[in-house]
Amino acid sequence: MPRVLLIEDDAAVRDGVSLALRRRGHEVAAAASGEEGLELLPGFRPDIVLLDLMLPGKDGFEVCRLIRTERQLPIIMLTARGEDLDVVLGLEAGADDYIIKPARGEVLEARMRAVLRRTALPADGTPAAAEPGPAPVESYGELAIDRAGLVVGKGGKDLALAPSEMKLLLFLSATPGQVFSRQQLLEHVWEHSYHGDARLVDACVMRLRTKIEDTPRSPRYVQTVRGFGYRFGPL
Amino acid sequence: MKRFAGRVPALPLLGPGNPQLLRGLRARLVVGFLVVAALSALTTALLTYQEARNAILQRSQDIAVNDLRAQVNSLAPELPVPPSRADLDSLRVQLERSGKSRDWDISVRYSGVRDTDEGDLRGSVVVPAGLKESVEKRHVPAFQRVDRSGDPWLLIGMPVRQSDGRASALSVYAQLPLSAEESNVEALVSAAQRGALPVLVLTVVLALLAARGVLRPVRGLRQAAGRIAEGKLDTRLEVKGADEIADLSRTFNDMAARLEESMAELRRLESNSRRFAADVSHELRTPLAAMAAVTDVLDEDADSLDPDTASAVRLISQETGKLARMVEDLMEVSRFDAGAAALHLDEVDVAETIRKTLQARAWQKRVSADLPANVRAGLDPRRLDVVVANLVGNALHHGGEPVRVRLYAPEPGADRLLIEISDSGPGIDPEVLPHVFDRFYKADSARARSEGSGLGLAIALENVRLHGGSVRAANAPEGGAVFTVDLPLRHEEAGEPADDGCSGPPDDAWAADDAGTAGERTADDDRGGTRSEAGKETHA
Repeated sequence: MPRVLLIEDDAAVRDGVSLALRRRGHEVAAAASGEEGLELLPGFRPDIVLLDLMLPGKDGFEVCRLIRTERQLPIIMLTARGEDLDVVLGLEAGADDYIIKPARGEVLEARMRAVLRRTALPADGTPAAAEPGPAPVESYGELAIDRAGLVVGKGGKDLALAPSEMKLLLFLSATPGQVFSRQQLLEHVWEHSYHGDARLVDACVMRLRTKIEDTPRSPRYVQTVRGFGYRFGPL
Repeated sequence: MKRFAGRVPALPLLGPGNPQLLRGLRARLVVGFLVVAALSALTTALLTYQEARNAILQRSQDIAVNDLRAQVNSLAPELPVPPSRADLDSLRVQLERSGKSRDWDISVRYSGVRDTDEGDLRGSVVVPAGLKESVEKRHVPAFQRVDRSGDPWLLIGMPVRQSDGRASALSVYAQLPLSAEESNVEALVSAAQRGALPVLVLTVVLALLAARGVLRPVRGLRQAAGRIAEGKLDTRLEVKGADEIADLSRTFNDMAARLEESMAELRRLESNSRRFAADVSHELRTPLAAMAAVTDVLDEDADSLDPDTASAVRLISQETGKLARMVEDLMEVSRFDAGAAALHLDEVDVAETIRKTLQARAWQKRVSADLPANVRAGLDPRRLDVVVANLVGNALHHGGEPVRVRLYAPEPGADRLLIEISDSGPGIDPEVLPHVFDRFYKADSARARSEGSGLGLAIALENVRLHGGSVRAANAPEGGAVFTVDLPLRHEEAGEPADDGCSGPPDDAWAADDAGTAGERTADDDRGGTRSEAGKETHA
């Protein structure tokens, strides 16, 4: 069962969420502040972080950035304010997904599962995965994508991609040239319901481009198709 | 500087032919000035002309009459009585000669002496009957101005008295042209005319100057008012002098200052209320988040508790969910009120969006859908979801099944789409109809409070309005309520970057505008964890 690090300043929420997650069999470590959470991180080695944005001291965005500098584990933001800006900034800081409070235990569970599944093999539900005997490492220009090992390299260097970035890249590159709408990507990559927030996709594409493109402003790999969505290539 | 206190009435003679001409204040001032100047010039000229003409004519008349009288008085005594025709002729010739300077024609008549052929008399004097009568019957000297073929002539008739003062049979008539006097008068008139033209030109110049004096401050005032209307409330006018315009400017400045104050106050209140809404949202959501997280635990364990406790536990779980939805709706409404609701437009297939809405709430079996494919529109899918969910939910709760959802275009090629949600219930009471979209309006006073927040339809309406559309409620002729959503296929919003929004994902960083919508429902196939009221899944 996944190990969850919960960083939440409100004691009641912390207890409630911990209780709900433990009941579902997760191992939970709870921290009351960002600093405390960062301290727990190396010792506890969580599989996923649930991070409240409104924290005393270091706020959620900063904690998110600090975690991202060295780890690529999934991060889900908990936001009590449904402000767009929070979501946008959180996504830019490197979060993979967000949950708006209040959320029921089953929602937390479902969202965590979805994010964790992103780092698994995209063999299910991707159209091109059934092609017989694909090369173990696919090359697109300078990009080398190892689907089995979940490693993406560029010019011989491995790239550190967050789970949602990895999943998005694998999904798009499985069928180069095919255009996916933002809603389709939300459904396939984030497993959101149809009416999720398309800016999740935009933010993730942005972050992915800064890592894989030579010039993120004029992307080669992840291209925008105006009015329709995104596609990988064609190079 | 002269100012017009009132409006100069438009002149009818300029009105119909040129309605544009008299629109402006400047034109009116110029016309007014011109009218006044022309009237005064005309009056002056007329009076001058009349007086001068009379004076000139009177004087030449008097002189002529006196001359004639003097000549007659000096010549008549030498006339033998009774005179012969020749005597009369010589008298006439003498008189004419004496009046050489005046160039008059004389005719001398003596009762009883027949006129010889007067045709040989130069400029034969034609004497009107009236004049003749007053001279020869009543023995009164008389004169008359006559017009002959356009030239004015003076006729003088003079009875000659005998030395004892009794009337004699002799009378002298003279006619002399008044053309010299006439030309004098004409010179006067043309002088007046020649003078009037420069005066009128000068008047126009003066009027324009006066108009400029009035209009420049007025124009300044207009521009300032325009700037105020644009929202530049710090606009102030320069106050010069102490006339009415200065008063107006001062008043305007006072008004602007008050406006600025009250707007600042309003903005302060607004930002306070926005902050308050955000604070309330945060404060309410935090305890609700703690509660919502554990409701599953309560639900799971309720069966193993004794019945009373189980009921209590289920009640708490259920009401927690409702409270969460209500807070969510309240926050949504307060965001609309604060103008903080933003559209996140996307290019979507409308039929698919509506179908997903029904699927997400497991309504496919309870709602019949007529959704033609390939209706693509640029709208906010999440908001459309809320609209459809709230209207369908409303139809299911308060109308009656079967509920129908229909998507169609008002007419072929229209750039709008209509979504019609109809139910088979009793319809809406006509008294209630105008209020169905009101907040917290309970159509049925006996309605159970548990139906929802009372904000569902209000939120639907706000969401449609945000898209630039409208929503109507009516009763179908065959019974049942019909809600019709009318949406534009493309939402043109000023200030929206053209390369963003409807056109799909942007190439570069989307600007995070801080006008926030929250309203992200964590709709992960969860059954209504934090959904608007209508979205509540009812486990059948």
